[in-house]
Amino acid sequence: MTGEIKALGFGILSPEEIRQMATIRIVTSDLYDADGYPVDGGVMDSRMGVIDPGMRCRTCGGNIDTCKGHFGYLELAKPVVHVLFAKTVYNLLKVTCQKCGRIMTKERASLEELAKSPPSKCPFCSTVHKKVSFVKPYSYNIDKKDFDAEKIRELFEKIPDRDLKRIEFVGGRPEWLILTLLPVSPVNSRPSITLETGERSEDDLTHKLVDIVRINQSLKENIDIGAPEFIISDLWELVQYHVSTLFDNELSGIPQARHRSGRPLRGMVQRLKGKEGRIRGNLLGKRVNFSARTVISPDPMLSVNEVGVPEDVASELTIPEHVTPLNIEKMKKLIVEGKASYLIRPDGRRIRVTDDNRGDLILMLDKGWIVERKLQDNDVVLFNRQPSLHKVSIMAHYAKIMPHKTFRMNPSVCPPYNADFDGDEMNLHALQTQEARSEASLLMDVKDNIISPKFGGPLVGLDLDQITGISLLTKSGVELSKEETSDLLAAAGIDAKIPDKKKFSGRDIVSLLLPKELNLDFKANLWSSRNEDKNNGLVEIENGQIKSGVIDKTAVGAFKGKIINSISALGDNEKLRQFIDNAGRIGVAYLMKRGLTIGISDLDLSDDIMKEIRKSVKYAENKANKLIAAYNEGTLKILPGMTRKESLEAQMLNTLANGLNDVSKIVIKNVRYSDIIAMTESGAKGSNINTTQMAACVGSETILGKRIQRGYMGRTLPHFKRGDLSAASHGFVSRGFKEGLLPYEFFWNLMNGREGLMDKSLRTRKSGYMQRRLINSLQDLKVLDDLSIRGAMGEIVQFFAGEDGIDPSKSEWGKFVWENYV
Amino acid sequence: MHDIKFPKKLDEEIGEYIKKNKLSGQKAKKLKERILEEYKKRLYYPEEPVGIITAQSLSEPATQMTMRTYHFAGTAGIQVTLGLPRLLEIFDAKKEPETPTMTIYIDKKYQNEAKITKIAGMIKEVKLKDVVTTSVMDILNLVIKFKLNKEKLSDLGIEMKKIPSKVKLKNIDMSIERDTLIVTAKKENTNIHKLRYKILESHVSGIKNISQVIVTKNENAEWVISTLGSNLKKVCEIEGVDPTRTTTNNIFEIYNVFGVEAARNAIIKEAMHTIEEQGLGVDIRYVMLLADLMTYKGTIMGIGRYGIAGNKPSVLARASFEETKKHLVEAAIKGIKDTLEGSVENIIMNKVAPMGTGSFTLVGKLPKMPESLKKEYEKKAKKLAEDREKAEIERKRRIEDALKAEQEEQQDINDEEVREEKEKDKADNEIKSKETKAKNKTTKAKTAKGEKKETVQKNKKK
Ligand SMILES: [Mg+2]
Ligand SMILES: [Zn+2]
Ligand SMILES: [Zn+2]
Repeated sequence: MTGEIKALGFGILSPEEIRQMATIRIVTSDLYDADGYPVDGGVMDSRMGVIDPGMRCRTCGGNIDTCKGHFGYLELAKPVVHVLFAKTVYNLLKVTCQKCGRIMTKERASLEELAKSPPSKCPFCSTVHKKVSFVKPYSYNIDKKDFDAEKIRELFEKIPDRDLKRIEFVGGRPEWLILTLLPVSPVNSRPSITLETGERSEDDLTHKLVDIVRINQSLKENIDIGAPEFIISDLWELVQYHVSTLFDNELSGIPQARHRSGRPLRGMVQRLKGKEGRIRGNLLGKRVNFSARTVISPDPMLSVNEVGVPEDVASELTIPEHVTPLNIEKMKKLIVEGKASYLIRPDGRRIRVTDDNRGDLILMLDKGWIVERKLQDNDVVLFNRQPSLHKVSIMAHYAKIMPHKTFRMNPSVCPPYNADFDGDEMNLHALQTQEARSEASLLMDVKDNIISPKFGGPLVGLDLDQITGISLLTKSGVELSKEETSDLLAAAGIDAKIPDKKKFSGRDIVSLLLPKELNLDFKANLWSSRNEDKNNGLVEIENGQIKSGVIDKTAVGAFKGKIINSISALGDNEKLRQFIDNAGRIGVAYLMKRGLTIGISDLDLSDDIMKEIRKSVKYAENKANKLIAAYNEGTLKILPGMTRKESLEAQMLNTLANGLNDVSKIVIKNVRYSDIIAMTESGAKGSNINTTQMAACVGSETILGKRIQRGYMGRTLPHFKRGDLSAASHGFVSRGFKEGLLPYEFFWNLMNGREGLMDKSLRTRKSGYMQRRLINSLQDLKVLDDLSIRGAMGEIVQFFAGEDGIDPSKSEWGKFVWENYV
Repeated sequence: MHDIKFPKKLDEEIGEYIKKNKLSGQKAKKLKERILEEYKKRLYYPEEPVGIITAQSLSEPATQMTMRTYHFAGTAGIQVTLGLPRLLEIFDAKKEPETPTMTIYIDKKYQNEAKITKIAGMIKEVKLKDVVTTSVMDILNLVIKFKLNKEKLSDLGIEMKKIPSKVKLKNIDMSIERDTLIVTAKKENTNIHKLRYKILESHVSGIKNISQVIVTKNENAEWVISTLGSNLKKVCEIEGVDPTRTTTNNIFEIYNVFGVEAARNAIIKEAMHTIEEQGLGVDIRYVMLLADLMTYKGTIMGIGRYGIAGNKPSVLARASFEETKKHLVEAAIKGIKDTLEGSVENIIMNKVAPMGTGSFTLVGKLPKMPESLKKEYEKKAKKLAEDREKAEIERKRRIEDALKAEQEEQQDINDEEVREEKEKDKADNEIKSKETKAKNKTTKAKTAKGEKKETVQKNKKK
């Protein structure tokens, strides 16, 4: 490698430069001769670079990989306006004296500003400026007469350099905006492809260049023979059109240049811009090697920072190891065992390891060679799930090679990736350099990213069954014998010293996993969700021993887990990782031992209670009917800022919601304890609303936050009379899912479901664009070692980062709890 | 690293604790040292790319926000835009929010319902249509008669005589006769229906654009006025209004009235409120950083193409965002040099972005080996060397054999290749001659084939 790019300059090419950087002059529009070889002086001339493997460049001698391509140039018979600068040319015409060629200002001013209100008279020679008009995309009129490119060029040549400096026009001379020579891009920038039929298919740019050369030729011939004016000007216009669409084929005011098939050609601008364009599609984002993708499945016996890699994947992905005197024996062993895929000799030659050459290769192996070995256990790899919305969407895991075809992961790391196992696929990248591997393991390891920088709480934590299990285990009254305890710990794969006693409570067992320094008091999820049971609802941990309370979502769950955050604050991420692993496993192990089941009868309520619920629903409906009656009589209370109808709708919605609330209270008070309740009260999954909707009443379904209004003329569905305002006809579902819905109630439920679907797709698009803009605005900001936040050019945005210098990912919910160190 | 001190707030908190517990000088010093040690652990690492983290932290919750626009703000009963649309509005620095709203606080002296209602009446914009009961049009004579509601007028404290002076329309004559406003159009071809509409829509009293006013008690049992529509400056001028607490959700109004620092705080408050209202949590530091970035130049800049992202100094950064053509052309004319300071620029140049570990290069000495390890290592190394020597001899012997074998093999392969190439050439030539024959039939190209072929052959040899 030689040197690096320090800066990138932009400017306008002069005809001189175009000539100098070119190796050939294009003279013919022919591409290939009769034998299929490129014609000399044509746009596919082999002196402009190579596109066929095995060929050599006639300019530099390089091959397809080493020759970077060489420009050619075309002499235009008549000059044309460079269409990308057409607006600039217009601006210049507006401010340039048509007589003396000076820029008509004596002060410094930007060209655009000056052109907005051009002087009417030249301050130097006092000539009155004639009106310039612009006919998009590339023609100009002065005094309503056509002012062609030749004349523009002549005028611009007169502008003195010092005038240009005043208007910040320093990228080149203005006359260079009118092309006399056209640079012809190297052939490897527009390679042709050979189709299966043996036919050659040329790139869009080549097509365009052929057109330009052909028309230019004909223009030149016509000028030479002294053809009539109108023929020349037609051809000149045509050259201008083709040159313009070569640069930009999305110009307004002229038809797009099209391929034979009718597809618009891709001009230079189209190549650069947009998501799939050169900049965003090739320079900022690249395809990578050494990556794998497959379906994910859960395995709680893996640690959160491990990933199970299928053998098939492991044998395809390789990691280069430099052979040194210290590891040569190990490397030889790898080759013997068939764990090396390729060897690279010091001269750069790659040798594939096969059964035939294995013996010889072991003997030849020496320091300086590189062994490309297959992925092994404990290799650092990057693991990713799209959409990669935040930094924890890609983290470092340690590989564990396993049979079968899916990536295996601990379900506790699903929340940061937002993954589930309903067919999600994830990507894995094998790191190729030592620097990358050490950065990954030091900065991207799952165990060091458990606390989210977003809100200072845990992102990795127990989920679903893990929470149900651990919360059932830690409830009051759970008692296990010593045998059962060791059985449970063994099933969870936990190696812990069990104190010598006969009976163990579930809390004793979970306490084995906690660090001795831990002291905590908080309210469990159970406290608020169902009953205020002090023994189970208030968690008290003293020196790592759980005195009371169940361990549920608020203790160990992702996003909320207080215990997780507190262990993290102790400063040892390795211990935290082990705790999450073990807590999850013990939850699942206990659940496997105890069993978890739900059935339709779980939500059975006694006839009396059902009657009470029906009464409650009826009561709400009656209240709603009264509102309708009041509305019809005109005695309805009008809410401020609303029409009569709006007031009715708002009050209806409110009344029905209150009704549902009352029903919910009855249901939650009276529903039998079952595993459904075990799940909702621990925060594993589901809520009291879900329970109510299943057991008793679904409630109002809404569209855009209002009762359902759309449908047929004057009514929502043919089940109802026109003008019906009742609750049932506008989305109120009075039954529960268990009892079953009426036909029209299914419609309400489905309408609401569809709205959610549409809302989601619209939202992802809007927020995706917002993310791009936010990233673009903020990407250069960083904290310096003086704790100021600065942009790319060193400009200060914050003097003291976050006003206290604290990194939220090292905080407890955004705060530095100094009281812990008193 | 610079000398680290506690931030002011933390220092005060610890000081208070020391005072409360009457800690001695020695003990207080020790405590402070201990806390400082922990505080240092929680600081940002140098070169931490907070910008990216901020952008991610703010946009990740946005994917979970509802698109549902309207929602009642608190108890006031005024519908305001919330959720993702509101967040976009704030970040884009929209000149006017979709639903501007104000919370007006009132001085203690005016804290009773009657006085508040009076102030509210002064704030609410009254249009002529609000005080007109009926209107009669005389199309022939181009006269419209508006019957005015006397009670309403006196409630609002508007004198009937002054009404003609409030309607600011040209080419009409106005007069008051008892409780009727008589308007006569001066021009003959006036569209009288349009004129009636214009007159009814004209402003009579109150503050322009404030279409709704609601008086409520807030959680501190204090009377406040909520409005739909906003005009901070005019409202603050009204007697009885507490200008120190009265606010609006229109950030540009705050900027114009109180300046850029207040606008920054308004952005933080509004964005935080929008996010928290949706039940989502984001650390306030990120909202603060974005608000600082939007305001640090002294004016409010949005995040989009007309704001921060479109005004970066680097051409490549701008061109890679949006409007690629525009930025490249402009750079060419101005002869701009991009010094590749930012992250995208470096990624485009295939270099490491200058932040995080990309800001440093690794230069380091190997640490000295401890004596105990050294001996053990030497022992191992000696044995290793001996083993290796033995292996080396064996290796050399067999490598020669292998090389010989390889050479022979290579020779075979070469022979094979030469043979294959020859065959291929032959086949190629056959195909080519066939092709040329076919082409000759269809094309009119009449070039000297002989010459061309020669040059091609030469090229191949090269
Ligand atoms: Mg899924
Ligand atoms: Zn070359
Ligand atoms: Zn002049």
